[in-house]
Amino acid sequence: MIRSDQIRKLLSKAAGIAVLLAGALLAASLCFAAPGNPSQLPSIFDTRSTPTKWIGHLSYFVLSITGLIFVVVFSLLVYAVVKFRKRPGDDGREPAQVYGSNQIELAWTVIPILIVVVLFLATARVIHSIQDAPKPGNAVEVVAIGHQFWWEFRYPQLGVVTANELHIPVSEAAHPTPTFLTLLSADTDHSFWIPQLAGKTDLIPNRVNHTWMDPYQTGIFLGQCAQYCGTQHAKMLLRVYVDSPQEFATWIHAQQQPAVLDENVNAGKRVFETTACINCHAIGGTVADGRFGPDLTHLMSRQTIASGAAENTKANLRLWIQKPDAIKPGSLMPAMQLKNADLDALVDYLETLR
Amino acid sequence: MSSDAIAIPSAGTEARTWVEVVHEWVTTVDHKRLGILYMVYALIFLVIGGIEATIIRIQLMRPHNDFVSPQVFNRMFTMHGTTMIFFVVIPVVFGFANYLVPLMIGARDMAFPRLNAFSFWLTAFGGFLLYFSFLGGNGLYGAGNAPDVGWWAYAPLTSRAFSPGHSSDYWTIALLVSGFGSIGTAVNIIATVLSMRCPGMTLGRMPLFAWLNMFMAGLVILAISPLTAAQVMLCVDRYLGGHFFDTQAGGSATLWMHFFWIFGHPEVYVLVIPAFAFASEIIPVFSRKPIFGYPVMVGATACIVFLSLSVWAHHMFTIGMNSYANSFFAITTFAVGVPTGIKIFNWLGTMWGGKIQFKVPMLFCIGFLFQFLIAGLTGIMQGAAPFDWQLTGSYFVVAHFHYVIVGGILFALFGAFYYWYPKIAGRMLNETLGILHFCLFLIGFHLTFDVMHFPGILGMPRRIYTYEPRPGWGILNLIITIGAFIQGLAILVFVTNLIYSYFKGRKAGNDPWDAWTLEWSVSSPPPAYNFASIPVVESRRPLWDLKHPEDPDSRYE
Repeated sequence: MIRSDQIRKLLSKAAGIAVLLAGALLAASLCFAAPGNPSQLPSIFDTRSTPTKWIGHLSYFVLSITGLIFVVVFSLLVYAVVKFRKRPGDDGREPAQVYGSNQIELAWTVIPILIVVVLFLATARVIHSIQDAPKPGNAVEVVAIGHQFWWEFRYPQLGVVTANELHIPVSEAAHPTPTFLTLLSADTDHSFWIPQLAGKTDLIPNRVNHTWMDPYQTGIFLGQCAQYCGTQHAKMLLRVYVDSPQEFATWIHAQQQPAVLDENVNAGKRVFETTACINCHAIGGTVADGRFGPDLTHLMSRQTIASGAAENTKANLRLWIQKPDAIKPGSLMPAMQLKNADLDALVDYLETLR
Repeated sequence: MSSDAIAIPSAGTEARTWVEVVHEWVTTVDHKRLGILYMVYALIFLVIGGIEATIIRIQLMRPHNDFVSPQVFNRMFTMHGTTMIFFVVIPVVFGFANYLVPLMIGARDMAFPRLNAFSFWLTAFGGFLLYFSFLGGNGLYGAGNAPDVGWWAYAPLTSRAFSPGHSSDYWTIALLVSGFGSIGTAVNIIATVLSMRCPGMTLGRMPLFAWLNMFMAGLVILAISPLTAAQVMLCVDRYLGGHFFDTQAGGSATLWMHFFWIFGHPEVYVLVIPAFAFASEIIPVFSRKPIFGYPVMVGATACIVFLSLSVWAHHMFTIGMNSYANSFFAITTFAVGVPTGIKIFNWLGTMWGGKIQFKVPMLFCIGFLFQFLIAGLTGIMQGAAPFDWQLTGSYFVVAHFHYVIVGGILFALFGAFYYWYPKIAGRMLNETLGILHFCLFLIGFHLTFDVMHFPGILGMPRRIYTYEPRPGWGILNLIITIGAFIQGLAILVFVTNLIYSYFKGRKAGNDPWDAWTLEWSVSSPPPAYNFASIPVVESRRPLWDLKHPEDPDSRYE
């Protein structure tokens, strides 16, 4: 019997230690906030824009309050479990029967209410500053449209349409140029989330949502669809290229041009325009004006295809056209069943769309 | 307080054929048998839901794994969620309520025994219907399959354009049918508690278990009704040309979200209030003290019920509500923390100054307290709407609600199994196996769900069948999967213990824990109709009064 008592004590200690570790791990999450290469790890604490910075500050505040509550209550629980355990050699009498205490109940009602008030005020302030932020006149406007399973980006002021890789200018402290996004959906619910730049906002059919971001730093920022939208929700990836003002202007200028027409690849162009490709894809300056799939006018200016599921290489393009299920099973891109010669010509043509 | 059985003519001891035994169980209206049916049914689905979770975890073990296809993965997480909520936790808490509420309030059965049986079989039929979708989901096209719309089934994924075949219909009808069963049982629990109490058992003397189950039942009626309404509307959309949620014809996707979460959030409390009820019975007995602040515990639960009806849109902070709506749902969410905190403090107050015995039920309850504390605190983080814009839809929220459901509810449930199994089966569960179960499950749980917070913080969304090899994601997911296997092993130990102890366990006797509520005054298992003569009680702890005539509770209440 003594042995099993010891085991029990050990167990309760082990349980305590396990929970303590859980808390320590939670605290350790803060360490991930250390600045790193933005393109590698989209941590929510590695913030690179005003809204996420404000969210980050609120998060630290909430984490410290909840952390404090955790430490206090956890210590009390551990103390109670250890101190008031039944000891060996107990006289077997029942402990004093205590039924309650109104003063104590009042104390542990009022203190939490005060904490709630403080938390609410801090939260409401951040909600208001982010959601009701005024849009400056020089803001870049982008309409993001969620599709199964890719992103369409339209710049209505600039006449640019692109997909999956969003380019926005860096917002310098001296000349803030935030980007304001209007979020729409063509089919099911999606959610726009770039952990370092903007918290989630859903793209919902028949609804117009908004979000904004003003990155401080150039670079590539990763995100992906955060609301389950169907079979290939997992590979609806998203990348944001934060460009310097000059790079952004150059990119916009290039995107505004119609597609380059290279006489050497007319055969491929014919394949594109005489098969089902044009039902879904548009190429500026040609007869192709489909709207169901990504705009391919400047396909080769993008680093990835299939909404970030694969690098934009010749081999991947061939595979994607011939057997999309090999890259993204369940995507809405059909297998084109082309003859080898036609496929070669088509890929050669696509590779000229810079 | 006699424990003699009423002589039932048919209750002879002669050997019966298995057909007769099955017939008896299928046609029974006895609250104890129905309670056992609910529990066994839930345990079977717990194993099925656990297998689905294991498939999910194997697939996510490393980046770009191809253990299952995306279609199968999506079905697995849909079925896992639906099964665990509707066909594991709801039935098992109904099982305990059914078995114990009449015994605790000194009644011979539930108020409506036939409604009780009817409700159970509706719930059971719902579960079978859901799983029949694996065979019949595509209707007459041939091979069938299960729904893949997620357990919230957000519109318009459930519209016919995005969900052809019948898989969504099986999901809808299964929930509709089992929902009617839940409402029937809820009505029954309320009626039983309000009208079947034995003489002397005023509302103020009821065990907290009865109080809390009554609150749970009330919340079931309030929460399941809108879900049922929404399921009917979804059927109208799919088969009668309605456009409630059909966005392609101008319907509203957010309308479904509101309907679903006005069910979905109170549902969390439907599941957790019975866990509170278990803890409120087990902690006092093993601390050898009465529950601290009984009236406050009742009041706090009433507060939780009330507040839980006003927090649903905190599941929807990202849908673009305006800043006033977001602020409102933030404060109501924080506010739920107050009565919940009061409950934790009262359990702490119960242990304070006691002589705590670390029997297996108590070990699980202590685990429950620690883990529910953490689950509550991560809940507060997500109540801060802007923080939630980062956390929701990621693995952080998956970790949070598994902390509530596994770390809180399931731990309390295991405690309840170890505590009341002797009453139900007449034999004690094996203690060594029990401690092994506790240790394995504790380790597995923390390995899985502590670690699961981090991929969310590092930007990994939930419900993805595979992920890119980002730094940290792979190793964290591998640890999570290892933890899941340890939990599976623990469940295996538990099931073994249930079966082994049924045949080989030590005889329990009437009152193995030296407890204080009425169920321990009758034999184990209790006789048909429970009490030969209806007991009369004078305090909240009738058996304490009996055991300590020199210092009865009735003197202080």
